[in-house]
Amino acid sequence: MDWTWFHRFGSPPHFYRIAGKLIPWFAWLAAISGVAGLIGGLFLAPPDYQQGEGYRIIYVHVPAAVLSTMAYAAMATAAGVGLIWRMNVAHAVAASCAGIGASFTFLALVTGSLWGRPMWGTYWQWDPRLTSELVMLFLYLGYMGLRGAIDDTARADRASAVLALVGVINLPIIHYSVDWWNSLHQGHTLLKFGKPSMPPSMLVPLLLLMLGFMLYFAAIVLVRARGEVLRRERNARWIAELLGAPT
Amino acid sequence: MMHWLAMGGYWPYVWPSYLLTLLTLVLNVGFAQRSAQRARQEAQRRAHSPAAQQGRS
Repeated sequence: MDWTWFHRFGSPPHFYRIAGKLIPWFAWLAAISGVAGLIGGLFLAPPDYQQGEGYRIIYVHVPAAVLSTMAYAAMATAAGVGLIWRMNVAHAVAASCAGIGASFTFLALVTGSLWGRPMWGTYWQWDPRLTSELVMLFLYLGYMGLRGAIDDTARADRASAVLALVGVINLPIIHYSVDWWNSLHQGHTLLKFGKPSMPPSMLVPLLLLMLGFMLYFAAIVLVRARGEVLRRERNARWIAELLGAPT
Repeated sequence: MMHWLAMGGYWPYVWPSYLLTLLTLVLNVGFAQRSAQRARQEAQRRAHSPAAQQGRS
C-alpha cells in the first residue's frame, strides 16, 4: 500500500494548504446539514408519545454527546500518530481537538441534565453513563492543563499524548455503560440492529444534526490546527514565503 | 406560535438547551478564529523582523 499521502499530511506546508481548502467545504456542509436537521427536529418531527415536546432536547443533546466522544477519539488518534511517527502536525491537530471536545462534553452534560429534570425528576444522578461522561470532561481538562503546564512544546506533546491514549479506556466505558450496569440513562437508540427505536420522521433530523456537528468539528479543528502549525513553524522559510516576507 | 414556543410546558428545559448549544457553537468559532488570527499576526511580525530575515539568508 502506498503511504505517500500519509507522510505528505505530515508536511506542515502541505497540511496548511489542504486544510485551508477544506475548511469552507466543511463549514458550508455543516451549516446546510445543521439547518435542515434543526427545521426537521423543531418543526417537522412529531411529539414523542411519552415525553411529548420535551424529547426535542435530543436534537442537541445526542449530537453534542456523540461529538464529545468522537473528538476524544480524534484527539487520541492524532496524539498517537504524533507519538509514534514523531509528526508535529498530528500533535497540532490533537491539541486543537481538546478545547472543542471539552466544550461539547460540557454541553452534553448540561443538556442531559436539563432533559433529566422533567423526565427523571433530577438534574444529576451518579449514573454510569453520566459519570463516565464527566470523567471524559476531566480527561480533556487534564490534557489541556498538562499542555499548559509544560513550556517545552515537544515535551508537552509527548506527555499529553500519553495521557490522551490512557484516557481512551473511557470511550468503551461510556458507550457500553448502559449495557454493563443498571442505568437511569436510556439504552442505545441509534446503534441498535434490528427494529429501529425511532421513526424516520424523528431519526432523519437527528442524523442530519449529528452530521452537521461532525462537519462543524472538522472545520473548527482545521482552523485551530492551522494556527497551531503557524505557531510551531514560525521560523520556517515556508511561513516567510507564505506571508510574503523577503527571504 | 406561543403554543410552539411553550413546547408542551417543557420550554424551561428545551430552550436553554438550544441556547447553550448556539452559544457553544458561536464561541468555538470565535475562539478558533481569534487563535488563528493571533498566530498569523505573530508569524507575520517574526517573518518581517530584520533578525529573522538575516537568519534565513
